[in-house]
Amino acid sequence: MTPELSLGLALAIPAFAGVLISLLGRFPNIREAVTLVASVLLAANVAYLVSVTGARPELNILDMGGGLSLRFELEPLGALFAAVAAGLWIVNSLYSIGYMRGNGEKNQTRFYVCFTIAILSAMGIALSANLLTMFLFYEALTLSTYPLVAHKGDAKARRGAAIYLSILLGTSIGLLLPAIITVQYLAGSTDFTLGGILGSEVSPLVSSILLIMFAFGIGKAALMPVHPWLPNAMVAPTPVSALLHAVAVVKAGVFSVLKVVTYIFGPALVQQLWAADALAWIAAISIVLASLIALTKDNLKARLAFSTVSQLSYVTLGAMLATPLALMGAALQIVMHAWGKITLFMCAGAIYTATKKTEISQMRGLGRLMPWTFGAFAVGAFSIIGLPPFGGTWPKLFLMLGAIDTGQAILIAALIISSILNVAYLLPIPGRGFYEKPAEETLPKKTPMLVVLPPVITAAGATALFFLIEPIRAFLAPVFDAGVPTP
Amino acid sequence: MMEWIAALVPALLTEHAPAVLVVAPLLLAAVAALMPEGRSAWAIALVGTLVSAVLSIVVAVDVQTGGVVSYALGGWEPPVGIEFRADALNAALLLLVSGLGLLSVVYALPSVADEIEPHKRALFYSAFLVCFSGLLGVAITGDAFNMFVFLEISSISTYVLVGMGAGQDRRALTAAYNYLILGTIGATFFVIGVGFLYMATGTLNMADIATRLPDLSGSRVVQAAFAFIIVGLGLKAAMFPLHLWLPNAYAFAPNFVTIFLASTATKVAFYTLIRFLFDVFYPDAAFVQASFVWVFAVLGVIGMIAASVQAVFQSDARRLLAFSSVAQVGYMMLGLGMGSAAGISAGLLHLMNHAMMKGALFMALGGFAIRFGVRRISDLNGLGRTMPATAVAFTIAALSLVGLPATIGFWSKWYLGIAALEQGWWWALAAIIISSILAFFYAGRLLLAVWIAKSPEHHGVPARARSPMMMIVPLWILAAANIWFFFDPEPLLALARAAADAAITGAGQ
Amino acid sequence: MVELIAERFNFIVVIILMMTGLYAVVATGNLVKRLVGLSLFQTSVFLLYITLSNVAGGLPPILPADAGYGGEGGHGGDAAHGGDAAYGEAAAQGTDVIYSNPLPHVLILTAIVVGVATLAVGLALVVRIRETYGTIEDEAINRADYAIDSEEKSS
Repeated sequence: MTPELSLGLALAIPAFAGVLISLLGRFPNIREAVTLVASVLLAANVAYLVSVTGARPELNILDMGGGLSLRFELEPLGALFAAVAAGLWIVNSLYSIGYMRGNGEKNQTRFYVCFTIAILSAMGIALSANLLTMFLFYEALTLSTYPLVAHKGDAKARRGAAIYLSILLGTSIGLLLPAIITVQYLAGSTDFTLGGILGSEVSPLVSSILLIMFAFGIGKAALMPVHPWLPNAMVAPTPVSALLHAVAVVKAGVFSVLKVVTYIFGPALVQQLWAADALAWIAAISIVLASLIALTKDNLKARLAFSTVSQLSYVTLGAMLATPLALMGAALQIVMHAWGKITLFMCAGAIYTATKKTEISQMRGLGRLMPWTFGAFAVGAFSIIGLPPFGGTWPKLFLMLGAIDTGQAILIAALIISSILNVAYLLPIPGRGFYEKPAEETLPKKTPMLVVLPPVITAAGATALFFLIEPIRAFLAPVFDAGVPTP
Repeated sequence: MMEWIAALVPALLTEHAPAVLVVAPLLLAAVAALMPEGRSAWAIALVGTLVSAVLSIVVAVDVQTGGVVSYALGGWEPPVGIEFRADALNAALLLLVSGLGLLSVVYALPSVADEIEPHKRALFYSAFLVCFSGLLGVAITGDAFNMFVFLEISSISTYVLVGMGAGQDRRALTAAYNYLILGTIGATFFVIGVGFLYMATGTLNMADIATRLPDLSGSRVVQAAFAFIIVGLGLKAAMFPLHLWLPNAYAFAPNFVTIFLASTATKVAFYTLIRFLFDVFYPDAAFVQASFVWVFAVLGVIGMIAASVQAVFQSDARRLLAFSSVAQVGYMMLGLGMGSAAGISAGLLHLMNHAMMKGALFMALGGFAIRFGVRRISDLNGLGRTMPATAVAFTIAALSLVGLPATIGFWSKWYLGIAALEQGWWWALAAIIISSILAFFYAGRLLLAVWIAKSPEHHGVPARARSPMMMIVPLWILAAANIWFFFDPEPLLALARAAADAAITGAGQ
Repeated sequence: MVELIAERFNFIVVIILMMTGLYAVVATGNLVKRLVGLSLFQTSVFLLYITLSNVAGGLPPILPADAGYGGEGGHGGDAAHGGDAAYGEAAAQGTDVIYSNPLPHVLILTAIVVGVATLAVGLALVVRIRETYGTIEDEAINRADYAIDSEEKSS
C-alpha cells in the first residue's frame, strides 16, 4: 500500500460503506456488520496514514482550472483529527447498534448511511490540501448531518434541525465563502502552506477582517454568538450527539480554525493582528459564559452541549494566541476533549436507554444501579475539568503557558474560572448518582451491554492519553515549533 | 464529441448552417400548424430543435477552428446585405438556446398534453417553433434592424405561448397582455435607438456601425441611441427595475413555456446587451463607461437583493422562482457592469449555469404539477416522499441556486466574487453574499415544504407517484449537469472566457 | 424660433405622437385603448424612420428606364451631418441624380408588419380576457383576480 492510495482509501472506505449500507437496508445484522467492518478498516487505514505523515503524501483528485483543484495532503494536524474521528467511530458504531436497537429507533438505514457520509466528510476536511476542498466537505458535513439531527421527525426535532442548518449554512455562505474567495484573490491560491500564504502586502486591516470572517464563518467552531446550533442539535439521537456533536462536526470546526490560522495566515501574522486579540477575548468570554449557562441546564444533554461550546472555545483561544505552546494546547484540546466528551454523551445515552431519564434532577442515586456508567462519567468529567491523571490536563496546561507567553494573564483567569465551573456543573451528576438514595430499587429493564461498554472504553482512553502525551506532542512538533515565533 | 457530430452533417448543409438553423424551425412551424393533432406537431418541433441543435454545433465547431463565421444572406455581401455573424459569444448562445430548446421539447409532450386543450396543441408547438427560431435569429444576426425583427418574432410568439396558460389559470391572459405592452414598448425603444444609430452612421450592420462610432462618441444622437437601446434591451432582459412583466408571465404560463423562457429568452436579451455595449458602442466612450458602473453594476446589485427579498415572501412556487430569476439577471448585470474580461466571463458563466439550474427547477415543478397540480409552495408539502426522483433533482438544482459547493452555482459566485475583488468592488462581493443568503432562505422554503412538511392525507399513506419518463430524463440531465460541471468546470469556463474575449475584442474589428 | 420649428417639423410631430401614445398606454385602464396608444407609439417611430430617408432635393428612388445604377443609394447617412437628417453622400456618385434613401422605407414595411402582428395578438388577448372576465377594464380585472387570490389563501 502506498500512502497516496491510503489517502484515497480514507475517503473511499466510508463512501463504499455508505453505498453498501443503503443497499443492505433490509438486513439489519449485515448492515451493522458493514458499519463495524468499515470503521475498523478506516481506523487501520488512518493508523497507517499517521505512521507515514512525515512523508506528506498528496493526492490530486482533479483540477478545476485556474489553479483550483480537489486535492488532499496529509499533515500532522489533519492526521491527528482523522485519527480521533476514525478511532472513536469504532467505539461509536458499537454504541450506535446498542442504542438504536435498545430504543427501537426508526429509519435506521438512513441513520447509518448519513453517519458514514458524515465520517467521509470529516475525513475530507481532515485531509484537504486547500480551502476549496475543505469548504466542499464542510458543507457536505452540514448537509449530511441534517437528517441525523431531524431523525425523530417530530416538530421539536424539525425545528432544532432547521436552526442547525440555518446557522451553519448561513455562516458558511455569508462569511466563510467570501473569506475564501478573498484569500484566493489576495494570495492567488488557497493551498494550505506551512507559515501561511497571506503575505505582508496584505494590509493588517484586511487580514483582521478576514480572520474575523473565518472565526465566525466556521460556525461549527461554535464561537459565541454563533453557537445556538449546537444546543439545538441535541434533539438528535445520542450516538449522533456523541460522535458528531462532541467529535466530528464540532472538532471539524475548531480544526478548520486551527488549520486556517496555521496554514493560511501563519501564526507569525496572527500574533500581530488586533483581530486575534479581540477574538481571543471573545473566546474567553465564550468559555466562561457557556459554562455559566451549562450550570443552569437541568437537561443532561443540554448541559453537555453548553459544556462543549465552552470547551471548543479553548481551541479558538489557543489558535488566536498563536504562540507555539498555545497552538499545541489547542491541538491537544481537540484530542483530549473528544475522548472526554464522547464518554459523557455515551453515558447520557446509556442512562436514557436504561431509564428514559433525560433530566439531571431525576438521576439521584442512579449511580448505585449503573456503577459502570456513572464511573465512566466521573472519569470523563475529571478529564474535561483537567485533573491529572487524565488527558484533559495537558491542553489546559499548554494553553495557560501560551497565555503567559503573550502576557495576557487575565486569560489565565478565564481558564481557571472555567475549570471551577466545570467542577460545579459536571461533578454533581456522578456525585448525586453515587451518594444519594435512588428513587427505585432496580432498573426497569436490563441495560444493553453495547451501550455501557463503549463509554468505559473511552474513559479508559481518556486516562491513557495522559500518559501518551509525549508521542503526540512530538508528532505535532513539526507544525508548531518550526517557524512560530514566541513573542 | 462536438467535432464528431459536426462531421456527420453533409457539406451543403454545413456551408449554409448559420441560415438553416434559423430558417428550419421557422418553416417547420408552418408545417406544425397544419398538423391535425399535438403528437405529430410535437414530432416536428422535435425535428426542428434537433436540426438547429446539430447545426449550432456545426457553427460552434467552425468558430472554434476558424474564428468568426460570417454568412451573407441571399448572397448580398455585408454591410449592404444582412449578415449572420457568429463568434465565440454567438456560438455559446446558440448552443445554449438550441440545447435547452431540445431538452425542453423532449419534456414538452406529456406536460403540454396535460395543460393545453387538444385542438390547440398543434398551434402551440407551431408558436413555440417560431419563438425558438426568433431567439436563434437574435443570437446569430449581425444586423441591428434584423435583430429587432427577430426579437419581435420571438416576443410575439412568446405572448401567445404565455397566454396559452389560460387553460390552467385565467391570470395568464392578463400576464400575457402586460408582457405584450411592456415588451412592445421595449422593442420600440430599441428600434428608435437603432434608428438614431442609422441616422448617425448610415449603416445597420453592427460590425460596420462599430467601426464608425469611435469618431462619433461625442455625438448626442449616438448617446440618445445608446440610452434608448439600453432601456429597450433591459426591458427584454428583465433588468431590475424593468422586470415587472416577468414574474406573472413565468408564474402563469404553461410549465413548458416557463422552462423554455426561463432558460433561454432573458439570456438571449442579455446577450444582445453585451453585443451592443461592447461590439457596437465603443466601450471606451465615457458614456458607456459610466453606464457600466452607474447603470449595470448598481442596478444589478439592487436587483440581486431586492428581487431576492421579494422571492422570499412569495407564496406561489413559480412566482418565487421568477423573482429569483430577476435576481439572477442581477448577477449577470453585475458581471457585465464590471466591464472587465473576468467580469463578463463570470456573468456569462452564470448565464449558462442559471439556464441549467432554473431549467431543472421549473422542470421539476412541472413534474410536480402534472401529478398534483402544484402551484403554491404549500402544495409542495411532502412531495419528497411521494415523488422522490423528481424531488431529488429539484433539491440539487435548488442547492445550485444557493451556490453550495458540488454544484455549478458555486462557480458562478466564486468567479463573480473574484472578478469583483479584482475591480476592488468589495461591496459587490458583499451583495453577492447577501443575495446568496436570501437565496438560501427562499430555496430553503421550497425544500422545507418538499422534504420536511407533512404530506396532506391522501386516504392514509400517500401513494408514490412518478412523473412520466420523458419528463424525468431531461430533468435529470440538467440536474446531473449541475453537479458534473462543478467537478469539470473547464468546458463551461473555456466557453465563457472565449465568449467574453470575443465580446471585448470584437469592438472595432 | 419659427425657423427652428419649421426645420424640425417632422421630428416635432414624431415626438408629439410618441408621447401621446406612451401617455395613452400608461394612463388608461381600458385594454383596447392601451393598444391604440401602443400602435400610435409605434407609428410615430415609423414616421421617424421615413423622415430619416429624406434627402434634401432627392428624387423618389426609382430608376428611370434609361439610367444606370445610381451607386450605393441605400447607404445614405453621413456621419458629418449626423444630427439632423441624412444626406445622400453616395447618391451623387456615378450619376448626377440625387435619390432619397429607400432603405428606411423597406425597414418600415417590416416594422409595420411587426406592429400589425403585435396588435393582432394584443387584440386577440383582449377578446379572450373579455370572454373570461366579462370586462376590459384593468381595475375590474384586478378586483376579480384579487378575489381568486384571497379565496385560495383562505382555502
